[in-house]
Amino acid sequence: MSLAKITSVTGRAVNVPGNDIDTDRIIPARFMKCVTFDGLGEYLFNDVRRQLDGTEKPHPLNEARFKGATILLSGANFGCGSSREHAPQAIAKYGFKAVIAESYAEIFFGNSTTLGLPCASAAREDIARIAAAVEANPQLEVVIDVTNQEVRFGGQKVKATFRESARDALINGRWDAIGELLDGRDAVKVTAAKLPYLVA
Amino acid sequence: MPSAKSLFQKVWDAHTVRTLANGQTQLLIGTHLIHEVTSPQAFGMLRDLGLKVSMPHRTFATVDHIVPTDQLVEPYADPLAQAMMDELRKNCAQFGITFFDRASGKQGIVHIVGPEQGITQPGTTIACGDSHTSTHGAFGAIAFGIGTSQVRDVLATQTMALSALKVRRIEVNGQLRPGVYAKDVILHIIRTLGVNGGTGYAYEYAGSVFDGFTMEQRMTVCNMSIEGGARAGYVNPDETTFAYLQGRPYAPKGAEWDAAVARWKSFASDPDAKYDDVVKIDAVDIAPTVTWGINPGQAIAINENVPHPDTATSVDDKAGIIEALAYMKLPAGEPIKGTKISVAFLGSCTNGRLSDFQEVAKYVKGRKVAAGVKAIAVPGSQIVALQCEKLGLDKILAEAGFEWRAAGCSMCLAMNPDKLVGDQLCASSSNRNFKGRQGSTTGRTILMSPLMVAAAAVTGTVADAREVFSVN
Ligand code: SF4
Repeated sequence: MSLAKITSVTGRAVNVPGNDIDTDRIIPARFMKCVTFDGLGEYLFNDVRRQLDGTEKPHPLNEARFKGATILLSGANFGCGSSREHAPQAIAKYGFKAVIAESYAEIFFGNSTTLGLPCASAAREDIARIAAAVEANPQLEVVIDVTNQEVRFGGQKVKATFRESARDALINGRWDAIGELLDGRDAVKVTAAKLPYLVA
Repeated sequence: MPSAKSLFQKVWDAHTVRTLANGQTQLLIGTHLIHEVTSPQAFGMLRDLGLKVSMPHRTFATVDHIVPTDQLVEPYADPLAQAMMDELRKNCAQFGITFFDRASGKQGIVHIVGPEQGITQPGTTIACGDSHTSTHGAFGAIAFGIGTSQVRDVLATQTMALSALKVRRIEVNGQLRPGVYAKDVILHIIRTLGVNGGTGYAYEYAGSVFDGFTMEQRMTVCNMSIEGGARAGYVNPDETTFAYLQGRPYAPKGAEWDAAVARWKSFASDPDAKYDDVVKIDAVDIAPTVTWGINPGQAIAINENVPHPDTATSVDDKAGIIEALAYMKLPAGEPIKGTKISVAFLGSCTNGRLSDFQEVAKYVKGRKVAAGVKAIAVPGSQIVALQCEKLGLDKILAEAGFEWRAAGCSMCLAMNPDKLVGDQLCASSSNRNFKGRQGSTTGRTILMSPLMVAAAAVTGTVADAREVFSVN
């Protein structure tokens, strides 16, 4: 299996501010009644974006000027709560290619990386600077440089870090571990043989 | 002498297959639990890749999130729920996986079924596509909640890629006051350390309170480790653990039992093990605790007042308080006690076990749910239901005005017909009070122990169970 080397992501950005944005907020549980992930994008942030009758509430994702954005900006502890992969899947299916937030909940971070969705961590002030620039010009091109761990936008440059294992996985096309895990078949047998509870 | 290690390190080492190119560990997962919500896509990915399930005999399935608790006959009223049920059945049949279907009499919430069947054992690794998998740590297992791609990885290889965790030992010593339960202990811990205080850590729960706890109490605490941001939580295995497991369907038998106990003991943390952090909590400082906000860390003792934005410790804290109070429609700085509720929910993988219903039944016997309050009691598994029914607890609860339901996740989340309506306020024994969690986008949740839910049910308000039921 050869995977794309994700060394950078370039696109327009949209800011969805707030700390502790949990996975129930990202994709409410009732939309998880599905047997495939297709179609989840439509319900991204549904309950903060829409009234019960489907009419739109004020939300950055509903603003025409931010349509087509591929980089999502947010606050601290993004993706906390449930382990549902439906959350990063909804973000990806909506069309986002990367997230820049202050910090992430662990399971969300891992799930996202496995999908090839880079989650960059940046300082709050720096995210605010990107958000301000995007607010002033929604067409602004934002570049997340995964290799050099920085974000470039409108002539400015801020630091954006990745956990080393994630950065390595993204830039070397190893973000989906399945191939490597399958390669370890023989080693798995050796470990399993030492664990009596695994005997059939 | 090998150096002293914690249980986490021992289990991690015993299950390490190798180091991957990115520095992560390929970890063998001894037990894989699956349910209907997070597995269908993983089976789909497996098929796309032309792969088989690597160890079907170490994979166990149940159905919990979508099952209606008031309808046993299929097809279910919700065709989407039925489709998920059918999909799981098909996948288990095709890949030779044991499925605790409703007809088996062993169905229930995955985190109740594993321990109940004796599948959850000390010194093992467990994974499940569900965040509350940390529950199984109560047995001295290292148990991870994982995403669907990882479910696929475990199905295909019985391993997954992980980075090692740090270990924080949380000691709770002394004597809990009457009316203070395991639920209060974990709400207090999360309140103290914060909802992301556990990031990067596994929590080892220890101290005299945990030594004295039953397995069900230990499970309640480990269950909510994830709500404190910890990736896993565990209690070292001891005689209480072994006594619980002995005789269960999947527990070792005969001579194998003794060998297993000896092995399990060897996994317990060494007395001089080193920890990355140690936190000590005095049991007497823990009061019956309730949440007031929209995450499980926004909690106070029942006699405290809801915070006021003016007392916030930071800008973030202030914004958090304002947002939470607006959503919860609670007045700032006022007592939480006396707040009117409209729904009382007893159940979930946190507090849907026999002892939870026993404790409630003991006190609500002869009392009545307040007029206008909808109260439901939902056993966490068919076996819990049967145990309760044998003891007549279902009758006591029904006489008090609780609806006695069939096993499932029910009102813990919005994937089956049990849902809040509008901005109803629910006193809930579950584990998450996120916005919209219980099925209405404006629904409100206050987390508390089962007895506090009962106190709320009979008074129609958030109340101190110690006063309502003269607990002392
Ligand atoms: S009871 Fe609630 S928390 Fe537990 S598994 Fe079910 S939905 Fe998840």
